[in-house]
Amino acid sequence: MTEVLNVGLAALILGLAVWTIVAREAPAAVAGFIVYGLLLTLVWLQLQGIDVALTEAAIGGGLTGVLLISAAVRLRSTESTARAQRPSASTRWLAAALSAAVTGALATCVLALPEPAPTLAPEVLANIAVTEVGNPITAVLLAFRAMDTLLEAIVLLFVLIGVWSLAPDRAWGGRPGLLQQADPNGMLDYVARVLPPIGIVAGIYIFWIGADYPGGKFQGATLLAAMWLLVMMAGLADAPPISRRWLRWLLVAGPLAFIAVGVVGAVMAGAFLAYPQGYAKSLILVIEFALMPTLTVVLGLMLLGAPQRGESP
Amino acid sequence: MTAATLFGLCAAVLIGVGLYGLIVNPHPLRKILSFNVVGSGVFLLFGAIAHRGAAAGMGGDPVPQALLITGIVVAFSATALAVALLLRLFDETGSVTLSSDAPAKTGNNAGAH
Repeated sequence: MTEVLNVGLAALILGLAVWTIVAREAPAAVAGFIVYGLLLTLVWLQLQGIDVALTEAAIGGGLTGVLLISAAVRLRSTESTARAQRPSASTRWLAAALSAAVTGALATCVLALPEPAPTLAPEVLANIAVTEVGNPITAVLLAFRAMDTLLEAIVLLFVLIGVWSLAPDRAWGGRPGLLQQADPNGMLDYVARVLPPIGIVAGIYIFWIGADYPGGKFQGATLLAAMWLLVMMAGLADAPPISRRWLRWLLVAGPLAFIAVGVVGAVMAGAFLAYPQGYAKSLILVIEFALMPTLTVVLGLMLLGAPQRGESP
Repeated sequence: MTAATLFGLCAAVLIGVGLYGLIVNPHPLRKILSFNVVGSGVFLLFGAIAHRGAAAGMGGDPVPQALLITGIVVAFSATALAVALLLRLFDETGSVTLSSDAPAKTGNNAGAH
């Protein structure tokens, strides 16, 4: 039964991927991609990766979908010119041959994977008690490979700086995105008033249980960012000007706290990001609490894009 | 066929489909979309391999799964930067063509800057 379900799921995903590539209109292609992301979430559940499933649902399908669909609508007028530049039949055949070769090589590798599969799960299980967290993924993200997570938080910040630097000179320091106005009696306005309280509680819950159960700061922060974006899209609140001092501090607070914990480790436990005996869980919580607001704001602002307007609303 | 093999093969096809779209679709936004299909295929392949490493009562190897979470977030931020670059190009020139011989400064809002 599960086998039939899995084969059906794989077939649906492949069909949607092909649709994403061949659809005539970009918004239709992006709509296919969003459904594709949601179905991938089911695949992650089948592969026993619940934390990955949550991330895929929140970021892979959700945030990427919103980002691409708004871009697709704005770029609608450019589609007909692009269609005229379609490559020749020979290029397309060559591309198809190359893609088929890549797929064939990867499929051969999948079928030739070593038995038994190499795994680090026993090592994680043997050492997880030291970190005092119950979720092995959180233990890997914030203890065994905390350096990855630190660099990831910094990469997000750099990307935001990159996005902001694309602002036209006249809008530098201003508010990102376009001013939104929704019908005060419309559906969007209603949803933007009713949903955020529920979404904020759910986001904080996902964040809080992340230490012991599937969940964590990235998934929780994405949900909070989505609530913030919903309120802004309905025109109930405006995006802050990027020159605000409190905003800048909020953006660097998470990575700075993370680095500070790393330095504490260097002094007290002998290595950067090492946790002194008995303090592991408290330090992990410090990092998570500091990163959560930063991630929420970074993800939200990344989606809004470069500043477009002056400081006045 | 186990779930890991099935979705591993599915991932191999996804990477091929995405690669084809990346080469053939002339519109940059469609290239970004195709790039995301390739990315999700790579993640899925990695996830299938992580699932094969199930041991010690865990459904999969937690180390690659944690790396996947990092990867998905970084892929999103790369997409956000690419879209921002594309929108700036559109605001500047009114078109988003990548071909070198296309006329610049055409389109509807080129005069605004």
